[in-house]
Amino acid sequence: MSERPITHAVVLGAFCLGFGILLAATNEITKDQIEIRKVEDLQNSLVQVIPPSIHDNNPVKDAVVIKNDEGKDVTIYRATKDGKITGIAYAIEGSGYGGPISLILGLDADGKILGVRATAFKETPGLGDKIDPAKSDWITRFTGLSLGNPVPDKWKVKKDGGQFDQFAGATITPRGVVAAIKGGLDFFAAHKSEFLEVR
Amino acid sequence: MSADYGRIFKDGLWENNGVLCQMLGMCPTMAMTTSATNGLGMGLATLVVMATSNLLIAALRGYITQQVRIPVFILIIAAMVTVVDLGMNAYMHELYKVLGLFIPLIVSNCLPLGRAEVFAAKEPVLPSFCDGLAMGLGFTAALTVIGAMREIVGSGTLFADASLLLGPAFKFMELRLLPQDTGILVAVLPPGGFLATGLLLAAKRLLDIRAGKPIAMAGAHSV
Repeated sequence: MSERPITHAVVLGAFCLGFGILLAATNEITKDQIEIRKVEDLQNSLVQVIPPSIHDNNPVKDAVVIKNDEGKDVTIYRATKDGKITGIAYAIEGSGYGGPISLILGLDADGKILGVRATAFKETPGLGDKIDPAKSDWITRFTGLSLGNPVPDKWKVKKDGGQFDQFAGATITPRGVVAAIKGGLDFFAAHKSEFLEVR
Repeated sequence: MSADYGRIFKDGLWENNGVLCQMLGMCPTMAMTTSATNGLGMGLATLVVMATSNLLIAALRGYITQQVRIPVFILIIAAMVTVVDLGMNAYMHELYKVLGLFIPLIVSNCLPLGRAEVFAAKEPVLPSFCDGLAMGLGFTAALTVIGAMREIVGSGTLFADASLLLGPAFKFMELRLLPQDTGILVAVLPPGGFLATGLLLAAKRLLDIRAGKPIAMAGAHSV
C-alpha cells in the first residue's frame, strides 16, 4: 500500500465513517426500547412515593415543569383522583459523602410527606447506604412529616440539634438527605399554588 | 499454519490470563468487583467487546495501515462498547442500572487494545475471535473470583442479585454465608480490591511454582 500520508487519512476516515454508520443504526434500533425503559423506571420510583390507592390517573402523563429558586427546571408529577390533586412527586438532590444523592419526594396536597426514596447514590456500603430501604427503615420515618411537624429548626440530624438519627459512622449522608427533604418542602411551600394549579 | 486453539484458550484462561499475568484492565478489576455478580457482569460485557472487536480487527487487518492502526483499534473497540452499552440499556435494563456507569470504561481497558495489537492485527479471523473469547473468559473468571472473595468477607453473601443478571432461574445461586452485619467492611471498599487482587496473584504464582514452572513476568507483548 502507498505510504503517502493521504492514504492513512483516507483509511482512518473510511473507518470512522463505517463505524459511525454502525453506531447510528444501533441507536436507531434501540432508542424506542430505551425510551420505554426510562418511563418504566420513572413509574417504578413514583409508585414508591405515591400510593396507587390515592389516584386514578397516570402521574407520569400529568406533569408540570416549575423553575426552582436556582432557576433549574423541576418536573412535578401529579396524582389526581376524580380530577382533584391528591399527591405530587418530584426529584430532589442532596449532597452526600460520595457525591450527589438523587431522591424522589412524594407529598399530598397539604404538603405532608407520602414517601421519600433515594433513587441514585454512591454512599459507602455498610455506612451511608442505610438510606436504602432494603438496608434500613430510616428513610421511611419521614412519611407523615411536614414543614410544621417538626418545626423547621428540628429538620436536622441529632448531632446538629435536630430530631433525625444519624448513622453510626456516617453523619454526612443523613445530613444531606434531611437537608434535601427540607429544601424540597420549602420549594413546595413557596410554589404551592403553581403545583396545584389545575390545567 | 493452523492455529492451536487449545493453546489460545489455555493462555487466555490461565497461562497468560489478562488480569493475573498481563496485569491489564486493573481499573474495572478493582472498581467493579464489590460482589461476585458485579464481577461476572463486567467480565461478560468485556468478553463481548473483546470477541467482537478482535473479530472485526482481524477481518479488516488488511486495510489498516501501520501508522493509523492504534486510532483504528480504539475506534473499533469504542464502537463495540457503545453498541454493548445501548443494547444492554434497551434489553438488559436491570443489569444496566448496576453496570451502566462502568460499561464506557471498557474503552479505557488496556486488555482489548492489547489483544488487538498483539493478536488480532496479525492472525486470521477465527483464531482472533477465539483469542478474544478466551481472554474475555479469563478476565471474567478473575473478576468473578475477586468479586466472590470480597463479597464473602465484606457482605457475607455470595452472588447476591445474580437473578437480576442471569434471570429468575438463577435465584438458587444467591447465598448468605455469614449472618448480616458481620462482614469486614474494608473488603468491599476500594482497599479490598487491591487486597483481593494481590492475594489472587500470589496464589497463582504459588501454584505455578508448585507446578515447577519458571516465573516469567509475562507482559502484554507475549502471545
